[in-house]
Amino acid sequence: MSFLAAAQVDSGDTAWMLVATALVLMMTPALGLFYAGLVRSKNTLNTFMMCIAAIAIAAVTWAAVGYSLAFDGTGDLVGGLGHAFLNGVTFEPRDGTTIPHLVFFAFQATFCIITVALVSGAVVERMRFDAFMVFAALWSVLVYAVLAHWGFGGGWLMENGTLDFAGGIAVEMGSGFSALAAALVVGARKDYGRQALLPHNAVYVLLGAGLLWFGWFGFNGGSGFSTGDNGVLAFVNTLLTPAATLIVWFVLDLWRGRQVTAIGAATAIIVGCVVITPAGGFISPGWALLLGAIAAIPSYAVIMGRPRTRVDETLDVLGAHGIAGLTGIVAIGLFAQTSWNGVADGALYGDAHQLLWQVIPAIAVPAYAFGATFVLLKAIGAVMPLRASEHQEALGMDTTQHGEEAYASGEGAILVTPEAGIDVELPVAQPQAT
Amino acid sequence: MKLVIGIVRPEKANDVLEALYRAEVRGVSISRVQGHGGELDRVENYRGTTVKVGLAEKVRFEIAVSDDFVDPTVEALCEGARTGEVGDGKIFVLPLERAVRIRTSETDVGAVTPVGK
Repeated sequence: MSFLAAAQVDSGDTAWMLVATALVLMMTPALGLFYAGLVRSKNTLNTFMMCIAAIAIAAVTWAAVGYSLAFDGTGDLVGGLGHAFLNGVTFEPRDGTTIPHLVFFAFQATFCIITVALVSGAVVERMRFDAFMVFAALWSVLVYAVLAHWGFGGGWLMENGTLDFAGGIAVEMGSGFSALAAALVVGARKDYGRQALLPHNAVYVLLGAGLLWFGWFGFNGGSGFSTGDNGVLAFVNTLLTPAATLIVWFVLDLWRGRQVTAIGAATAIIVGCVVITPAGGFISPGWALLLGAIAAIPSYAVIMGRPRTRVDETLDVLGAHGIAGLTGIVAIGLFAQTSWNGVADGALYGDAHQLLWQVIPAIAVPAYAFGATFVLLKAIGAVMPLRASEHQEALGMDTTQHGEEAYASGEGAILVTPEAGIDVELPVAQPQAT
Repeated sequence: MKLVIGIVRPEKANDVLEALYRAEVRGVSISRVQGHGGELDRVENYRGTTVKVGLAEKVRFEIAVSDDFVDPTVEALCEGARTGEVGDGKIFVLPLERAVRIRTSETDVGAVTPVGK
């Protein structure tokens, strides 16, 4: 983060931030691909569509009130409404940056979008699409915008010196611990723990992970809002950290099952990118490599252990994002180095106070994300059903929620045309399951 | 000696396998098929194209059994596959003329009896 006062718009910085914004937006369809590969084929489209819906809904709620609540003013818990509906968001540089306020807004919008999409991983294969859209709209404002204010927008954590380069607080811990609450409120899939519910396309998963990594260079590299040192450092660390995570993940896979797995590798890429998200602009490349290696262990443990519980947090958002985000936030308090970041030292370089203000968010943020999401979903559940019926879940969410199939063959499909006189009325008397 | 054919919902295939296992029926082939048995058609839309899909995904079990095992096999299929809604499937029992175990050239009842019985 740069702290230039009354800065002018810088063309180089702005050019990079325009590209970075587009890179981060691409991460959400990439996440859709990653998630779609991890579910059964009958739920491919529904899973992907939750990510597309996140783009639609979060972009609008962010422009309406989310951005303002996150980035207007320095209230302890939440910002003001001064920037609601983009009021005052213009070509003038955003305070503390050398890029137009509009670009800053758009870059932050892509963060809100992907975080909403991330939470869907907890509830795929059974949550009703309409209920998810209502949840996405409310969650993007009540949970994401609040946490973004705490970590980036001048809220109590930022004011007390907590460092979070690119979203360990709002994006990673915010999505991971919300996902746990969502999984508990929505409940497990009907066959969870009874049948093997396997990923249907590992290539989608690898391709999605690869595109996410690519986009993450914009996510982390853009979070300096310039082409300055911190952004460059975060950019390079985004290359190094996931590589180290991958190697340790390979070793853990070999130790546990004697084989290196592809879906494990895709997961390791995510975990590595997540752990360097908060720390990217603050720690040296050497520490970034070590952090990638360390981060594999707690996330691996959670991801291997979770399916042995009754908690169907389906796509392991907690293990991949919540736990790795927490690891990264705390790691800043140990490994940060003024000689690299120009901002603060961690405990290993003499400032234990910094570590304290990295541990506090690691407790407060999970608590808020979990609690607020739990209450929000209970409230939505009181107004409308959250889950599809067992019958619909068995048939698959693609046909029951969207009336489409991911892998339609056309066999047995009769074209409905006015000339043919074929009616879309359903011919067989059967109570429509609800 | 009979050939029992059961056509069931894909999502109930695991339950059927479990029920067959409990009934000690060990020799099974399954295949994915599409069929129509009077259940609800679904309407799908792809841009401007609207179609009515009358064929539903099903799983077809083929089980060759000695006469004593016909009833337990049919019961296991019913128990595993039933949801009570239209579309649960059908069971057909056919006479079986001849069966050969390729490995040993055993024929008929010997061929459809699991090894070790």
